[in-house]
Amino acid sequence: MSQYIIRRFLYSLPLLMGVNILTFVLFFVVNSPDDMARMQLGQKHVTEQSIANWKQQHGYDVPLLWNDDAQGEKKITDTIFYQKSVGLLLFRFGVSDSGRNIGADIKERAMPSLAVALPTLMIGLLVNICFALMMVLFRNSYLEHAGLVLCVILMSISSLFYIIGGQFFVGKVLRLVPISGYDDGMAAIKFLILPVLIGVFSGIGSGVRWYRTLFLEEVEKDYVRTARAKGLTETQTLFRHVLPNAMIPILTGVVVVLPLLFMGSLIMESFFSIPGLGSYTIDAINSQDFAIVRAMVFLGSVLYVIGLLLTDISYTLVDPRVRLS
Amino acid sequence: MNSPILSVKHLSVSFNHRQTVVDDISFEIHAGETFALVGESGSGKSITALSVLRLLPNNARLNADVINLQGDDLLKHSEFELCKIRGRRIGFIFQDPMSSLNPVMTIGSQVEEVVRLHFDLPREAVKQRTLQLLQQVELPEPQRRIKDYPHQLSGGQRQRVMIAIALAGKPDLLIADEPTTSLDVTIQAQILALLKNIQEQTGMALWLISHDLALVSSIADRVAVMQQGKIVETGATAEFFNQPKHPYTRKLLNALPLMQSCLTHTAEEKPPLLQVSDFYCHYPIRKGIFKRVVDVVRAVDGVSFNIQQGKTLALVGESGCGKTTLGKSLLNLIPGSGRVVINGVELNALSGEALRRQRANIQIVFQDPFSSMNPRMLVGDIIAEGIRALHPGVTPEQRKIRVRQLLQQVDLPADSARRYPHEFSGGQRQRICIARALAVDPKLIVCDEPTSALDVSVQAQIIRLLKTLQQEKNVSYLFVTHDLAVVAEIADDVAVMYRGKIIEQGSVAEVLIRPKQAYTKKLLAAVPVLNMDH
Amino acid sequence: MVVLWTDALIYVLIIVMLALGVYLRGKEHIQRPLQQIGRNKIGMTSLVVLLFFVLIGLLDSVHYILADDKKNEVISLLDDFATPLREHGEKTYSAPFATTLYSKEMTMLADGTLQWAYPRLAFGGRHLDHPETEKIPDILQKAAYGLAQGASLIGFIMLLMWGLLAEQHKRFMRGSTAKTVWTVVFIIVSFSYAAIHLSAYYHIFGTDKVGEDVFYQAVKSIRTGLVIGTLTTLIMLPMAIIFGILAGFFRGWVDDVIQYIYTTLNSIPSVLLIAASILMVQVYMANHEADFTSVIVRADMRLLFLCLILGVTSWTGLCRLLRAETLKLREMEYVQAAQALGVKQGVILLRHILPNVMHIVLISVVLDFSSLVLAEAVLSYINIGVDPTSYSWGNMINGARLEMAREPIVWWSLTAAFVFMFALVLAANLFADVVQNAFDPRRSGNE
Repeated sequence: MSQYIIRRFLYSLPLLMGVNILTFVLFFVVNSPDDMARMQLGQKHVTEQSIANWKQQHGYDVPLLWNDDAQGEKKITDTIFYQKSVGLLLFRFGVSDSGRNIGADIKERAMPSLAVALPTLMIGLLVNICFALMMVLFRNSYLEHAGLVLCVILMSISSLFYIIGGQFFVGKVLRLVPISGYDDGMAAIKFLILPVLIGVFSGIGSGVRWYRTLFLEEVEKDYVRTARAKGLTETQTLFRHVLPNAMIPILTGVVVVLPLLFMGSLIMESFFSIPGLGSYTIDAINSQDFAIVRAMVFLGSVLYVIGLLLTDISYTLVDPRVRLS
Repeated sequence: MNSPILSVKHLSVSFNHRQTVVDDISFEIHAGETFALVGESGSGKSITALSVLRLLPNNARLNADVINLQGDDLLKHSEFELCKIRGRRIGFIFQDPMSSLNPVMTIGSQVEEVVRLHFDLPREAVKQRTLQLLQQVELPEPQRRIKDYPHQLSGGQRQRVMIAIALAGKPDLLIADEPTTSLDVTIQAQILALLKNIQEQTGMALWLISHDLALVSSIADRVAVMQQGKIVETGATAEFFNQPKHPYTRKLLNALPLMQSCLTHTAEEKPPLLQVSDFYCHYPIRKGIFKRVVDVVRAVDGVSFNIQQGKTLALVGESGCGKTTLGKSLLNLIPGSGRVVINGVELNALSGEALRRQRANIQIVFQDPFSSMNPRMLVGDIIAEGIRALHPGVTPEQRKIRVRQLLQQVDLPADSARRYPHEFSGGQRQRICIARALAVDPKLIVCDEPTSALDVSVQAQIIRLLKTLQQEKNVSYLFVTHDLAVVAEIADDVAVMYRGKIIEQGSVAEVLIRPKQAYTKKLLAAVPVLNMDH
Repeated sequence: MVVLWTDALIYVLIIVMLALGVYLRGKEHIQRPLQQIGRNKIGMTSLVVLLFFVLIGLLDSVHYILADDKKNEVISLLDDFATPLREHGEKTYSAPFATTLYSKEMTMLADGTLQWAYPRLAFGGRHLDHPETEKIPDILQKAAYGLAQGASLIGFIMLLMWGLLAEQHKRFMRGSTAKTVWTVVFIIVSFSYAAIHLSAYYHIFGTDKVGEDVFYQAVKSIRTGLVIGTLTTLIMLPMAIIFGILAGFFRGWVDDVIQYIYTTLNSIPSVLLIAASILMVQVYMANHEADFTSVIVRADMRLLFLCLILGVTSWTGLCRLLRAETLKLREMEYVQAAQALGVKQGVILLRHILPNVMHIVLISVVLDFSSLVLAEAVLSYINIGVDPTSYSWGNMINGARLEMAREPIVWWSLTAAFVFMFALVLAANLFADVVQNAFDPRRSGNE
């Protein structure tokens, strides 16, 4: 089994390299650093000198892949590819176009992101599973049909409306919690309630439907019939036999996104002004800070690849069929 | 005769308010007896059993006057009360033990669950009882196995666990729904013996549901035959098999292949068509971080045999012995190595386009008539596919004529060509598959268990068709099967396979009547034979 | 006539769908599920709603330069029909059905007292002399008039069809599903007629910050939503199908390479990939301004790029599904039988594999549609969606969000975007469900 994990780990290295090359092509080959400089400095009336200054300031004044002017190993190291892309592989994120240390920013902002995303995921999971189980328990009844219709309606509403509506009614009309903002430590809780609530609510429609199909798939299997033939009641069957089996795909699906929770949610954080990585990314996009966007793209893929790895591990832990063969 | 333990009167079950699957049947089961309900697939026998415990799927509708278990009318019980009867007073064994056991629970806890549910015992006693049950069903090393998961057991062992679960509630009636169908012949015999043995120990009634008349004849006290949702004949076993009254029963009995029929074959020598020597099929086992090949699975491990022109060689063995792999790799569907010469052409030396041209020589008919035809194609196109691929010069007109001819040869109506496969029954589909194989005039057809997915009566028809076609076209068959009775019907020569090797081969009379190897003898002994001496 | 890039692709899409329809006509395995959809009331109702949206989108996809206009303005057929809406611009915000500009005193609408401090609108309710007393009766009267006009129009069409159709079709039309469909058509046509009639006199969804009619914006956004939902799939399908089937069928190194490609793409969070790509498009456009002659062409190119990028990020899911299904199919005995019959591999792929995975493709196309429409709004909100100058629900929400803090709140832009988006997405979701039930062999509804 450990060999399997090691193999999966080794497999993730070429993936990250691929991501790295892709971002390099996207950021430096499609548009040259000159274009970026011109964009940053305002379109028209930009002198060659100011472009050269900008490039030098941000370290874009070296060739892309091969530096003919340099000596020895510097032919490779004194290039944009080596300095900007290879560094990412070692988690050297460098400085942003506005001169801030990206690595430090990420460390500082990861926690607030997690503080919103983790409770949203966990509570959402619990709520969705409960509703889905209820629908399966009352399958083929009017209750289930009503629930299904409600799910379709809920999932047809854009998440933006959930946020705006939630902020308006809970924050503005009822004045239960602050509309937006963030604080350190335990004081953050009152700021977190609304985003978490809205996050959970906006995921109910699709979540319940998805878990319901997973449960229904299990319910139709032969071992469920065996369980009923043993004399278990419908509820006992559902909890003792169907749930443990259905939890395998559910858990592994959750494990994949666990690392990505650090990245936070873009719109959630910007609506609620939470100083997490999501709003960090949005700010970077809006101010067209390429260095930050590039760093976030790479960080996101690293986290996803870790998620894949964790999924493989969790499969071997949870499923006896994988664990013992 | 005792009073009935279960009596069912006027039971009907329908699906979606339309299809009636069980149509107004009545029967009784007496204490301590073995009652067999026999019928072909789709006759409604499993549904009957499920409806007694109301385990039917949601879209089914049940209608009955009386379902009486030892004086309790089950129809009057609520779902909750019924839970106290399921598993406690009626035990249930299902057909496929792999899918019927919960894959993520240990077998111990699955048995234990029933004990805890129905008896109020202290924890230690529950453990004791679980172990005792596993011992009772003769599971080897129960102490160690109790913590195993279903996938770690063999098929026969899984079925033993199923039986332990069914017995855990000390039921008065045990319902066994095709308990041996998914198992190998030798295992089948063991499981049946076990069931019989336990029944004698406990004195419970056994309700056996099966499609296999021969199997039933050796174990049942009374037999009922179902056809299209109706019970057409009921009687004590001896009387039933010796003087069947209903024409359907007689048809079923006549359709049974008989071991004795092998004596009628002539042993006339013919020139060899296919010569296989030193044939291997090895799959690599990869392990480690870089998936190095550490070992191989020897699916087919050095076999040699010949097939004569216009004759049939039966390849016999239990599941996993490599017989299907061998059949498919002769057609290069699975890579294999060794010398394969057909009609003087060495197939292994060929590849690419040259191999494709030689494809016409060997064709194949598969086991499952449902997955062996593209559901999106018309039957006519399915049959003509080979002609289009191998004889591109043939005009569409000629192809059409040829397809009509082929359909006629396999006894299908001419308008079949313009219909889709799903409109045909299993037997008809198998005929289409035979027509598809015949379309390119093969010298040899590999028949990979072509009859095992079919009902007995249909099975007999297909075998008759294959024999007729052999006489007409002088085609040879490699008949891969696990069913020795079918072998006796159709084969001229037999090769017995065991763990990738051919351990015994010879003419059918030689091998089936005077087997030399112990394994062949064991196989033969396990075949349920119609038992007429009740 | 001016053919924008997305217009051209929409035409291609229509031609492809027509060709597919002709090719599949009479194929039994398509017919059965189609009939099942045809019998389903929810399915047919949502289809009618979808078609209504599609019709508007198509009208909005025929562009030409207004002949007598000196500004060289490119407009669409829809713009032509909606000329009053387009030209009836106010100075700034006004509430739905208002006759004056927007003020902070919400009491104004409730009790009808009109304060002299607020100027009358240039167009909304211009025909009224005493809005405070005449407005509500006038609205009701105009609405009733519009409804009646629409109802009589659709009634006339129905009678005409009834008269012209042959007897066998009449029987079809008497079916309960057909009745539902006609009812829905009736309702949609009458109400949109009433809305059109009213909007000539009032701003039925109010006006936005620069005084543009919100109803017009919402209607114009339909095309953007539809384009994102359909063209993205058109772009991603070839990639997903070809790669998925090849990986599953040939296995070995082909499979390894394709799996590597899609896992790599998949491992980049799609929002970030889209953001990065759109940023690059922005840079490119900023540096090649000369290539984009007008605002509308520029917005159109950006829309096309967005579809392209969404397509690149979303093909992996379908590709993985198709690979898995192909892996299963290639072990099917009919594929082995074809191999045994010497059928060439290319032919096996086309004849045996492709038709048997098409239901997955179809299901995923209809399922993806609604999520893409929803995604557009989110992306536009974070400025990586469509061009800020084009009409889209995302842009409407984005613009309206800034006014959320205003007291009293400007709610109508949000409401309009919500209503239109919800109608489209709900119809698409319901339809997708029905399609999935009909085509997915695992769902019991098929038999």
